[in-house]
Amino acid sequence: MRSSSATERPGFVWVAPALLFFGLFGLGPVVIVLYLSLTSWSGLGAPEWTGLDNWARLVGDDQVRSSLGITLFLTALCWATQTPMALAFGAWAAGPQRSRAVVSSIFFLPLLLSTAAIALIWKAVLDPHFGMPARVGPMVGFDGDVLGDSTLALYAIAFIVLWQFLPFHMLLYQAAARQVPASLYEAAELDGASPFQRFLRITVPQLRHTIIASSVLMIVGSMTYFETVLLLTNGGPGNATRILPLYMYARGFVAFEMGYASAIAVLLVVLGTGLSLLVVRVTGYTRMTSQREGV
Amino acid sequence: MSRTPRISVLGSTVLTLALVATGCGSSGPGTAGDTLQIWALEDAAVNEIVERGIESYNTDAAVEAELVTFVNDAYKQRLQVALGSPNAPDVFFNWGGGNLAEYVDQGQVLDITAALDENPEFRDAFLPSVLDVAKVGDGYYGVPMIGMQPVVLFTNNAVLEASGLEAPQTFDDLLDAVEVLQEDGVTPIVLPGAQGWTQLMWLSYLVERTGGDTVFQAVVDGEEGAWEHPAMIEAMELCRELVDRGAFGTNFASVDYDGGGASALLANGDAAMFLMGSWDLAQQQENAPEFATGGDLGYVPFPTVEGGAGAEGAVVGNPSNYFSVNDDGRDPDTAVDFLVETLTSDAYVTHLIEAGQVPAVEGIEDQLADSEYADFAVFTHGMVSEAPSFTQSWDQALPPAAAESLLTNLQLLFLGDITPEEFAADMESHL
Repeated sequence: MRSSSATERPGFVWVAPALLFFGLFGLGPVVIVLYLSLTSWSGLGAPEWTGLDNWARLVGDDQVRSSLGITLFLTALCWATQTPMALAFGAWAAGPQRSRAVVSSIFFLPLLLSTAAIALIWKAVLDPHFGMPARVGPMVGFDGDVLGDSTLALYAIAFIVLWQFLPFHMLLYQAAARQVPASLYEAAELDGASPFQRFLRITVPQLRHTIIASSVLMIVGSMTYFETVLLLTNGGPGNATRILPLYMYARGFVAFEMGYASAIAVLLVVLGTGLSLLVVRVTGYTRMTSQREGV
Repeated sequence: MSRTPRISVLGSTVLTLALVATGCGSSGPGTAGDTLQIWALEDAAVNEIVERGIESYNTDAAVEAELVTFVNDAYKQRLQVALGSPNAPDVFFNWGGGNLAEYVDQGQVLDITAALDENPEFRDAFLPSVLDVAKVGDGYYGVPMIGMQPVVLFTNNAVLEASGLEAPQTFDDLLDAVEVLQEDGVTPIVLPGAQGWTQLMWLSYLVERTGGDTVFQAVVDGEEGAWEHPAMIEAMELCRELVDRGAFGTNFASVDYDGGGASALLANGDAAMFLMGSWDLAQQQENAPEFATGGDLGYVPFPTVEGGAGAEGAVVGNPSNYFSVNDDGRDPDTAVDFLVETLTSDAYVTHLIEAGQVPAVEGIEDQLADSEYADFAVFTHGMVSEAPSFTQSWDQALPPAAAESLLTNLQLLFLGDITPEEFAADMESHL
């Protein structure tokens, strides 16, 4: 890199707005939450310093463990269902045919809806007496207890999240798949590769970085799903769908234990950051090796 | 190329924070100025009555009052954040009980005992059992501003008659009715079990009937072992018995009260009984007027339990909602003056009755008997004024943290995921 002073950028000044923004809205709140996690505070009056009490409680709290388990399960379920489907649909939608463009634009519709609207719509659809189960249920001998069933409720949430976010990830894959040089496919075709082989040997490897980026988004996203679960089940039945962000909300804004909720929030930050770092490391995303050597 | 990892760290941190932060978002309070800010829940009918009270007060007051309303779900959070800030309300709506006590403990609420003593006719106008819910320690910190909302057993009499039944008087009647109704293919009782507070109504009435009002009072007083009282355990077992006998059907955990689905099940005749606050009548009048006024909608006090220690006629529910005065407000004296001038005035009480409310005020039987929904109004007023005790909804009477655990445990109990003993043991940790 050249170090002539004429072309050198005024580094700090250029970075200042972004740094300020990040400091104010990113780091600042984390520092405050970190401090609050060491206090007892109802939101009224002054926080009272309690040292590591909240953290000791966090370690011994069965609900945190169960919420963490549910969160990780939901994250894994969402990733495992969304990635293959988004990849397949995205690669399909990348084709030049007009029909595919029409179908995929219909498919993108959930992207336009707000999460709250989606949750409320699905709640109405899943109502045991006035929704779909009331019509379909009797035919198959099912009492329509979807959101009130500990297991089904979790699957229903995973399905609704899939329905909502699949189009977004599909869009990522569609854009990336269109970047794959056509010459690769032509060469493979000449060598006699079947469409499935071409997908497996060319499309998937070429989309590697997209897969990683989309996975990080999914994983960090599922760590923080909130509105969907709050509006659909509010963590119920019992605590079957009480994911960690919801538990944080319940402690902070329902029970008004802001200190303890802050400790859970810190745990979430660490977990989300750690998981996304892990994905980036394990997949070698950071090495930025070329996918198209010799093309 | 060492820049990339840092960007990814930064990027993922920002993303995580942004997403975490959205969970804790809370917008700032409303307008503030020289006017007296009165905060209440959004409720078209009641808001209008308060507005009219404010208007008549404003005509000859030095400081003008102004009503600011909020939707139910966000209200407690907003209030918690706003109190103690410069944008706090002067007069605020609350539920009395444990939540009010928290604010009192923080020194946020004005003790109005002296003002009540100076205006005995104002103080004595209220039913004592209802006014006492706003009593914390020895002081009064709020006054009732709306009608009483006891929990009653609503029935669909057409459905009961079709099965040759009458509204149950005792718990055994109830169990018999459950069996008969099930044989006839009707869900005996609607239970919107997606929301724990609807299950709480069953537990609190059964505790009241089996052990009397002292059982829950011991919980409020923080007495060790209060949750493990035999009546508490017995009431939980009775709840379980109802579930096991199919009293609530099989899919109650999916049913919600908000949105009116549960009330519609009673009105449609899909179910025969519904234990709910008296406010459900307004819901039925709105959504199922033919059912509400056609004579099929019945209501009775909660059945008695044979051999139970509870006093006859004891009531559970929301005694009322309250207006309290912020101790740090702009002008607490004016705020108190506004409450004294308005809440028991003939106009205010009459407007409440016209809106179908039953004010917690003495000597209004005649007025109620002439009102549009006279039967129910007289029934409610009679039930409460003759009640030996009026136990406040437990989730309002307890501090927020305990209430939150209580509602979760209730859902688990009704689902059969925990035993009464586990329920009690977990709640003991909140005493």
